[in-house]
Amino acid sequence: MQQLVNTLLGGLTLGMVYAAFALALVMIWRSTRIVNFAQAPMAMVTTFIALRIIEAGHSYWLGFAAALLAGLLLGALVERVLVRPVEGKAEINAVILTLGLFIVLHALASVVFGNRYRSFPAAFGIRGMEVGDMTIALTGFGIFTILAVLAVMGLLVLLFRFTDLGLRMRASAYNQEVARLLGVRVGHMLTLGWALASLVGSLAGLLIAGGSLVHPGYMDAVVVYGFVAAVLGGLDSPAGAVVGGLLLGVSLSLVSGYVGSELVALAALAILMVVLLLRPQGLFAQARERRV
Amino acid sequence: MTRLGRLLRSHLVVAALGVVMIVLVLSSVNDFRAVQLTQMAYLGIAAGGLTILTGLNGQISLGHGALMAIGAYTTALLLQDDEPALPLLVILVVATAVTLAVGALIGIAAARLHGPYLAGATLALAVAVPGIALYFGDALGGEQGLRVRVPDAPGWVLDAAYFVTGQDLTPSKYVAYLGWFTLVVAYVALANLSRSRVGRRWRAVRDDDVAAEVAGIGLGRARVSAFVVSAAAAGAAGFVMATSVRLAAPSGFSLTLSLTLLTAVVLGGLGSLTGALVGAALLTFLPGVVTDAGVGAGLDDIRAAELAPLVYGVVMVAVILLAPSGLVGSLRSVWLRHRTTVKGETP
Amino acid sequence: MRTRHRRLAGAVSILTSLLLVAACGAGGRSDDDGDGDGGSASDVGVTADSIKIGGTFPLTGVAAPGYSEIPTGAQAYFDWVNDNGGVYGRSIDFEVKDDGYDPTKTSSLTNELVLQDQVFATVGSLGTPTHSAVVDFLNDEEVPDLFVSSGSLQWGDDPEARPMTFGWQPDYEIEGKIIGQYVAEEMPDAKVGLFLQDDDFGEDAELGVRQYLDEQIVDVQRYTSGNTDIGPQIAGLQASKPDIVLAFTTPSYTALAQLVSLKLGFAPQWYVSNVGSDPALVGSLLEQFSEGAVPGDASALNGVMSSEYIPGIDAQDNAWVQLWQQVWDAHGAKGELTNYRIYGMSWAYTFVQALQAAGEDLTREGLVDALEEVGSSLEGPNLAPYRYSDDSHLGISGLQLVQLENGVGEPLTDVLVTDIGDAEIATDDSGQADDGPPDGGIPDVDAVD
Repeated sequence: MQQLVNTLLGGLTLGMVYAAFALALVMIWRSTRIVNFAQAPMAMVTTFIALRIIEAGHSYWLGFAAALLAGLLLGALVERVLVRPVEGKAEINAVILTLGLFIVLHALASVVFGNRYRSFPAAFGIRGMEVGDMTIALTGFGIFTILAVLAVMGLLVLLFRFTDLGLRMRASAYNQEVARLLGVRVGHMLTLGWALASLVGSLAGLLIAGGSLVHPGYMDAVVVYGFVAAVLGGLDSPAGAVVGGLLLGVSLSLVSGYVGSELVALAALAILMVVLLLRPQGLFAQARERRV
Repeated sequence: MTRLGRLLRSHLVVAALGVVMIVLVLSSVNDFRAVQLTQMAYLGIAAGGLTILTGLNGQISLGHGALMAIGAYTTALLLQDDEPALPLLVILVVATAVTLAVGALIGIAAARLHGPYLAGATLALAVAVPGIALYFGDALGGEQGLRVRVPDAPGWVLDAAYFVTGQDLTPSKYVAYLGWFTLVVAYVALANLSRSRVGRRWRAVRDDDVAAEVAGIGLGRARVSAFVVSAAAAGAAGFVMATSVRLAAPSGFSLTLSLTLLTAVVLGGLGSLTGALVGAALLTFLPGVVTDAGVGAGLDDIRAAELAPLVYGVVMVAVILLAPSGLVGSLRSVWLRHRTTVKGETP
Repeated sequence: MRTRHRRLAGAVSILTSLLLVAACGAGGRSDDDGDGDGGSASDVGVTADSIKIGGTFPLTGVAAPGYSEIPTGAQAYFDWVNDNGGVYGRSIDFEVKDDGYDPTKTSSLTNELVLQDQVFATVGSLGTPTHSAVVDFLNDEEVPDLFVSSGSLQWGDDPEARPMTFGWQPDYEIEGKIIGQYVAEEMPDAKVGLFLQDDDFGEDAELGVRQYLDEQIVDVQRYTSGNTDIGPQIAGLQASKPDIVLAFTTPSYTALAQLVSLKLGFAPQWYVSNVGSDPALVGSLLEQFSEGAVPGDASALNGVMSSEYIPGIDAQDNAWVQLWQQVWDAHGAKGELTNYRIYGMSWAYTFVQALQAAGEDLTREGLVDALEEVGSSLEGPNLAPYRYSDDSHLGISGLQLVQLENGVGEPLTDVLVTDIGDAEIATDDSGQADDGPPDGGIPDVDAVD
């Protein structure tokens, strides 16, 4: 009983992080029709920036804020300098470009920050809560993780639904030509979209690092899980990404606890293939057919 | 028919030249260089297969490292005893065939996906496959992998090698010859395929799938066949890798390997076998040069070792932004332009 | 087009015939070439004034915390010896390669050491999964493969199959046997859980533990090195409610296991294998995780049981530790003396002893023969004697169980010695634990002949 509860709770917390990561992928996909495979190393780099600041003796929160800001800037920079030239070209070019960026950031982080495994602190305590005579795996940091991701989602909904800026961003993503005719500066909106997505990715990086070990490759598996979660939700739907992330987190945690931790990635692959081949529009998408 | 014959003959001539080159080079280098050249051979074989898939057929695969793992593990399973049950060449064929079969299965699923979806799915494949070796640890050796016992070269091979090169054949060189002859055979086959009707179909599907379908080309069949061919090359590469590294372990088939192969293909120029070989050469020999430069510039060894991937990555991004046809492709177009201006007309 | 190809073909045939002519001059190959150069081949890496050796270690990656310090300790001791005139006038040149605990990399780096750098021997190469990838290659090439930094049985249980390979530390099976017997005797009713690294490290230990505790074991969980999410495994252990968990883990995973247990409120008695129980290192890892919520100093592992087979940094009064401190002060790199550096110095000391025993005419074969002949009587920092002989290349034969208190190991038992298989466990009476280092800190072993 306790094992099941704790495995589920662990999966839920992890699922929240996958959800945030999937959300970042979806935001970029909606605006530029590109899957950003470099999302994971981008988040890794910003997490290392936070670690540098914390190790220099500053507070956890200063590092946290700096990482988010760095994510925002990095996203904008990548869109402006690297992605802009391949937008609208053959889709294979964008895929190779983001993978090239993946390799660059990885190597750069190893050169600058070193290739060691290092522990990354967690805020709000890492002791599980006691319920009766049972300890459940919901730590202060776990609760913070869940709340942080929920808050970001809420803010994004507010931005896209209720602000003029959000409306313009949605217009640019929906139809660039029409948006341009309506006077929207599409280029700026796309840059902003990448920047916000990269910020959400950085948040996911910080949350998954808390109370664990970080090294330049620590996010590599997450790009796979984030992608699977996003596809599970239909790749086009932010809400779908969130549900997909949670479902995936819980399923993978169950696989790890009851079957074997070495099969986690294989389970993710199986889920991905089943969804892609049987229900390519995702679990919750609108009825329209979609080419995968 | 005569055209096909001519084609075959021209590739065979190049291949024969290649064999002479290989013998000349391998007989003049030391054992350590031979080991490095073997690495270049297996990267070259796998990159050759991948360049056909990505360059000619437009399908991207980040899972070729996983396919190499299948070839390598098949080889390792057949080379567990001191006296292997099968001759080495038969094992090469078996490893290629097993990978081909697995590739067909993956290809059928992959044929329905495109672009980023295919990239994501094969990425998941690359990350997931090492887990299989861990789960079936009893049969597949788990984390430490399966050791590969390469049998000694048969007497007639030793005699022949001595006759041609005037040197004794060391085990490392034996494997190097094995790898490079495999590469020659694989490249002749790939070159002939890509010039044949099958190759034209692959290109047609890449350029415009609707038009290709209208012209009566089965999209699925063309995509699956391209995947199968490139999987077979990856299987052969896995065989060479296993015999050279003498080990098939999950850590050898990480995501990095798959990305490395893609790098080789992009560096050389999508769709060009020469390019794939150039890419493989860069991946094999550049790290030493770059790392030394890094150490010279005052970095410690460990950080300097990361400079090589940094260079590949930067070049990869630059190639996509500036010269999408890759290094070899760009050089060729510069040369063609030059020739055109000299002649004053297109041939 | 046609003519070009014809010209190519012509070139090829000319080249080929030239080559054939050249080759014919070389005559036939003689079959018994290999035997003649056996003597000179064994001198690879040795000159009148130097000996080149090498080893592979994880300087990066998940196994690097702690283990990356081992070669720095060995290097400091070699420098100490070189400063005092070396061995028979030869200085020791130690080439360290970083394999990141990745067996595939170990394989290519060992190739490089043997074929490119032409080392005389590999010494201290670290890790079970990593070194098992190259052990056969080293034996095929007849390169002495000494003092593998790992307790797997492969390094010495079958000298016939691997004549060049020697272990150094107590193997994991005897460690498993000794803690197994202790638990069976002292806590006969305890339910036992095992937390194991999923390779020979865990497997060998389980072999030893099960000799005594087969009935008492209620659950076995394994982790994959590299996957840092071990929550589900610890939750699985917790579900079977063990009273004591025997962990055969590397330091990073000891820290992760402590951390996740805290999260889950799981508090059994822990036994952590010697290789994963350095209190200072685990403590520093835990401190950073938790921003001070867990005591970050050596007290993080208070109450945890472990074992020792050489004197460690906590025994400041020990003459060996004082020697190591002197060596580190004189030749150390950055940082303090740690248990991992002491470990490296200790096998470096044994290696110097082996070189002395092999005599002035140093050959690969001579080194192996010398170790087999005098290895079991070598006196060094080891608490129990080595087992080196014609029949076994396994290292130290025993250890002492301790309980950690503020970084200090309080002895729970005497030094206990045994061997693999069903050999009995006995109290050591060799007096190995009581000897001190020679003056000047350089061993003086007579050459055998």
